Amino acid sequence: MSASPAPALLIDDPAVLVEALQRQGWRVIGPQARDGAITYDPLTPGATLPKGLTDTQEGGHYRLGAGDPGRWFDYVVGPQSWKKHLFPSRQKLWEASRTDDGFAVTPVQDDYPKTAFFGVRACEIAAMEVQDRVFDNGDFADPGYGRRRAATLIVAVNCTRAAATCFCASMQTGPRAKAGFDIALTELATGTGLLVEVGSDRGAEIVDGLDLPRANAAHRAEAEAASAAAAAMQTRAMPPGMAGVLAANLDHPQWQVVADACLSCGNCTMACPTCFCSDVEDVNDLSGDHTERWRTWDSCFTVDFTYVHGGAVRRSTASRYRQWMTHKLSSWEAQFGTSGCVGCGRCIAWCPVGIDITAEAAAIAASPVPKE
Amino acid sequence: MTAMPKPGAMPDPMVPRRFRVRKAWDEIDGVATMELDPVDGPQIAFQPGQFNMLYAFGVGEIAVSISGDAARADTLTHTTRAVGAVSTAITRLKAGDMVGVRGPFGSAWPIAEQEGRHIVFVAGGLGLAPLRPAIYHVLNNRDRYAGFTLVYGARSPSELVFADEVKDWKSRFDTEIEVTVDHAAPGWTGHVGVVTTWLDKTLLTVDPATVSAFMCGPEIMMRFSAASLANAGVAAERQFVSLERNMKCAIGFCGHCQYGADFICRDGPVFRYDAVAARLKLKEF
Ligand SMILES: Cc1cc2nc3c(=O)[nH]c(=O)nc-3n(C[C@H](O)[C@H](O)[C@H](O)COP(=O)(O)OP(=O)(O)OC[C@H]3O[C@@H](n4cnc5c(N)ncnc54)[C@H](O)[C@@H]3O)c2cc1C
Ligand code: SF4
Ligand code: SF4
Ligand code: FES
Repeated sequence: MSASPAPALLIDDPAVLVEALQRQGWRVIGPQARDGAITYDPLTPGATLPKGLTDTQEGGHYRLGAGDPGRWFDYVVGPQSWKKHLFPSRQKLWEASRTDDGFAVTPVQDDYPKTAFFGVRACEIAAMEVQDRVFDNGDFADPGYGRRRAATLIVAVNCTRAAATCFCASMQTGPRAKAGFDIALTELATGTGLLVEVGSDRGAEIVDGLDLPRANAAHRAEAEAASAAAAAMQTRAMPPGMAGVLAANLDHPQWQVVADACLSCGNCTMACPTCFCSDVEDVNDLSGDHTERWRTWDSCFTVDFTYVHGGAVRRSTASRYRQWMTHKLSSWEAQFGTSGCVGCGRCIAWCPVGIDITAEAAAIAASPVPKE
Repeated sequence: MTAMPKPGAMPDPMVPRRFRVRKAWDEIDGVATMELDPVDGPQIAFQPGQFNMLYAFGVGEIAVSISGDAARADTLTHTTRAVGAVSTAITRLKAGDMVGVRGPFGSAWPIAEQEGRHIVFVAGGLGLAPLRPAIYHVLNNRDRYAGFTLVYGARSPSELVFADEVKDWKSRFDTEIEVTVDHAAPGWTGHVGVVTTWLDKTLLTVDPATVSAFMCGPEIMMRFSAASLANAGVAAERQFVSLERNMKCAIGFCGHCQYGADFICRDGPVFRYDAVAARLKLKEF
């Protein structure tokens, strides 16, 4: 996506953009209020955006409720991320059938039409960019992920409020998306519309067709200020330098303290927009002549994750929590040149016992184990 | 349509290629070796220490090191121990059967970089299989190396793989080979005791400054062997180990093989010992 110098515009009703995308043949996936939470699912023609809703989030707590009825995007991230569309939780990789002389293998491609992600937050763009590096690591590229990513248009929404679980500002991933989008929206004062910025030629083409009025410098300043306010209201922050702190504290007593609370359920890894681990599964039909290989999400919190003949390597919860957190905040940087955490706060809100990655990091940073 | 990449299409690194078993035989009870010929595409060229993902139709896929001679372009050899469903299916394959292969993957024994050195191989159990390509390389190019030592241990005499071949190597005048078992059996006249006992002894006869060591076996064996080598004065940067973790993809995607910042499938399985020594001391890492 090349940055385009196109001037910022104004739109009153973001649904107009959704409809325009749909008219142009895009499958639009966007926020929906489902089962008391914001999810990202395909918007059927006529589906409405969840206007007037807001969320309250805390450690182990998420509630979607009524907010300012005039506001379109006053909720932040829900339990699911866009990951489920680019890296499906269950995916058939290939099929094989028995033949006279052995078997034949047929690669499988899923059907992924050109798709617009509508309402992508800055931390979520950062998460996609993190996964881009995972699934194209220089030696190997996942063709399915690459195909889906290339067929995806990003309509960002810059956050103008943060939940108590958000800490994107300290991860430098938000709340304002600087790049990585085709179109970005920022909601202005209630009733005055949204600022529309263009981040690519593709985005410019779509916006051009809408004949929107131009925004002025005051609109742009207001949008910047709204994002700055969302940053300022963040109560959580990741302590700096955690990559080095954790690498030097692999024997810290805090691992056991958190393990005493942790249920090892793996919710954090499922909710996390960057976690990429997977398992494979062979599914056979009854005849045994046809088999399919599936890839499914997996979590380093399961005991089987490290199973080798003779038993699992990480048997204790402490060792698994250490793997999770040191991977997110430390070894990820060595692997991919970026943190594995984008500060979205999902793992905090969706942890059944409210374990808080920022608090755990702070506990270790505050009392490092002395060097031998 | 088969897994063979169409010209111009990006091959999916998760899709196996089909190979046919040319020959298969049992080494010892529960351990079998097979030689494979490609059905789709060219034969796999590899470096000593690398592994493939082997797929048994309808059963599953596992990581197995290449145990043959890298200089023989015509064959692909694997030696597998039956421990579970997939490995058992692999060991039961017979000549003519088909198997799926992805690879080769992972880092190699830096054997060519250690020319001029006295090479010490330390193998435990089936750890001899991933070392064997490196052993072949040194034996085939023996004049380029100052010395050849193999210390090979197994739990019992019946668990020694490639026993006849080890005897052949031992009968050469330019090799030093010690074979030891933890528990002797009737008829066993060889050494009894842990690998490090014999490693310590052989190290007394060589100049440690000339030694480069390659180790493969249980982690505990490699740790103690590294300690022996260090005691004898062999530099940590002249010691190499091969590590094993659960693997589901071999291409850095599934996350299972992570070992701190390293993916053992891509950054390993072969590591310089000093790169992993601290981690090997951590419990449940
Ligand atoms: C780099 C590498 C090289 C290897 N080389 C050889 C070899 O040359 N010969 C040989 O016999 N074995 C080798 N192994 C071990 C072999 O992969 C396991 O024995 C095999 O995965 C067991 O699978 P299973 O389904 O038969 O048994 P189960 O014990 O039922 O295992 C179930 C699953 O767990 C995983 N798993 C279990 N043990 C291991 C393990 N040790 N390593 C990785 N994944 C495991 C696999 O996904 C396996 O399918 C190697 C492993 C690695 C990582
Ligand atoms: S670790 Fe937690 S806060 Fe960080 S990206 Fe994952 S879910 Fe979000
Ligand atoms: S934190 Fe765990 S599940 Fe998430 S990517 Fe790392 S190893 Fe995989
Ligand atoms: S085996 Fe999947 S990442 Fe290494």
